[in-house]
Amino acid sequence: MAENILEVKELKTYYKTRLKEYVYAVDGVSFELPEGKTLGIAGESGCGKSTLALSLMGFYFPPLFYKSGSIFINGTDIMKLNKEQLRTRILGREIAYIPQAAMNALNPTLKIINFIEDIMKEHRPELSRQQVRMLASERFETLNLSSRVLDSYPNELSGGMKQRTVIAISTILNPKVLIADEPTSALDVTSQKVVIKLLKELLNRKYIKSLVFITHELPLLYHVTDDIMVMYAGEIVERGTAHDMVFEPLHPYSRKLMGSIIVPEEGMKNQKLSAIPGAPPNLKHTIEGCRFADRCTYATAECKKGKAESRLINNRSYRCIFDVGALKEMYENGHE
Amino acid sequence: MDMNDILLSGRHVTRDFGFGRNKVVAVNDIDFDFHEGEIISIVGESGSGKTTLAKMITGLLKETSGEIMYRGRPRDLKTQKKRKEYWKDIQAIFQDPFSSFNLFHRVEKLLIDCFTLKGIKLSREEQNQKLREAFSFVNLKYEELYNKYPFELSGGQMQRLMIARIFVLNPKVLIADEPTSMIDACSRSTILDMLLKLRTENNMTIIFITHDVGLAYYVSDTIYIMQKGEIVERGKAEDIVINPQHNYTRQLISDVPKIHTSWDVG
Repeated sequence: MAENILEVKELKTYYKTRLKEYVYAVDGVSFELPEGKTLGIAGESGCGKSTLALSLMGFYFPPLFYKSGSIFINGTDIMKLNKEQLRTRILGREIAYIPQAAMNALNPTLKIINFIEDIMKEHRPELSRQQVRMLASERFETLNLSSRVLDSYPNELSGGMKQRTVIAISTILNPKVLIADEPTSALDVTSQKVVIKLLKELLNRKYIKSLVFITHELPLLYHVTDDIMVMYAGEIVERGTAHDMVFEPLHPYSRKLMGSIIVPEEGMKNQKLSAIPGAPPNLKHTIEGCRFADRCTYATAECKKGKAESRLINNRSYRCIFDVGALKEMYENGHE
Repeated sequence: MDMNDILLSGRHVTRDFGFGRNKVVAVNDIDFDFHEGEIISIVGESGSGKTTLAKMITGLLKETSGEIMYRGRPRDLKTQKKRKEYWKDIQAIFQDPFSSFNLFHRVEKLLIDCFTLKGIKLSREEQNQKLREAFSFVNLKYEELYNKYPFELSGGQMQRLMIARIFVLNPKVLIADEPTSMIDACSRSTILDMLLKLRTENNMTIIFITHDVGLAYYVSDTIYIMQKGEIVERGKAEDIVINPQHNYTRQLISDVPKIHTSWDVG
């Protein structure tokens, strides 16, 4: 049993709007990620997956605030550190984050190499400029990025190239955990594949130990990650291995989500895609009972009472009041 | 389909950008025939010229050479009046709903403008009735969105409103340029269903521009594969996806992550 490199316990974070309303975007999330494993997080827009990614960094700025819970990275609770310690010791070294529009993260007025020098001045001040250049070009070459990129400005690079550059830079300090928030959503399929190959390469060469991958593209998650976690309305509704989650989802929401996959394979054309009626609940208010109940075809009066607790069966957890047998029976009878 | 119901066709359509050494041929000598009621997908990677082609079909860009024919006759887009006439029949939905709205107008203005374009004069009650109909076609509630500004809407709601607009205008040809790329998987199926409903109900010709072969396969009858401004393969959706001939098509299909077959990313 590998050690857990990332452990999150009952994390709650919220947004404060200008009208002093509180939106609990991450509401009691717990999970652990063993060393060397990859975890995918799926869910529709507004379910809190990007907020979770941001919260995992332990670095909060308004309107996002921290409420309670703990985040252990390699055994240290980063929520107990002050901001300065967090910035110098954890960010970039232990955990790194690739934001959604990573291509806009590059400074348009700096050459890539100057950008890297800035980072190194802060984190590895003992290195000279030549050493930084050596290190950077070596890293870029191993990742199949030409070292010519180092002397370019961001506007000279294509979208896929920029994305790969950002990934290469954010992992230059060999962080243990890399959090990638939709790294491929703005790219076409060919560049997407190159970016995925880069992430795999980072894992194979042990530059990073674990990966948290956030996307709504389910076929992509299936190929990239070991485990998949589905989020809905700030909570985790189901977690299991990638194969089980795609072929045998238990929670009604995951099931609907998996039903919306489109792939260019024989037989796809005649398949009916499942659509989920309605919109996700407003997280400004506390919700009684199961959060998916309003949109669920199987919901009963029972579902709206109390709090739907997570159940654990054979390494799978899901959040529904029905047990596995009952759910499977309902799916077979298929009144969807 | 016989040759008589060709609605839109192009011969040797070419578009260049720039001059001299910097000249880029975005669309290079393309022929196409789109039939009435057909759903066509134009698939290619970024920079393959698919959006340029879409803009030429809508008449927003002029072709450098070649000809696009509508109902068998060359189009006449010389004056604004004639362009407006053309746009009654040909409409588009673009990739980014956030930049398709006028920031200063309330959202229902978008649909009211459609009545003006069609030249229909309506009383207040009739107009409300029509708006309500259009909103309910795309599963939006008129009461919730009435009097709102675009920034108060989510991306999915905006994109659905763009479809409501198409429902009101009822054009002959719809060009959908990556209509679902900003939208997540579950809302995507809802939007695709709406577009397909437009075809069944109104016999609309729909041209999808996308880089997702999976999506193209799911929605369309015919697929055109574009590479570097040229059409490298065309044919029935089944033939292209299950039995691709051109190397580029094979590569495109292998780049899409699939569920039942493995994906070689090492």
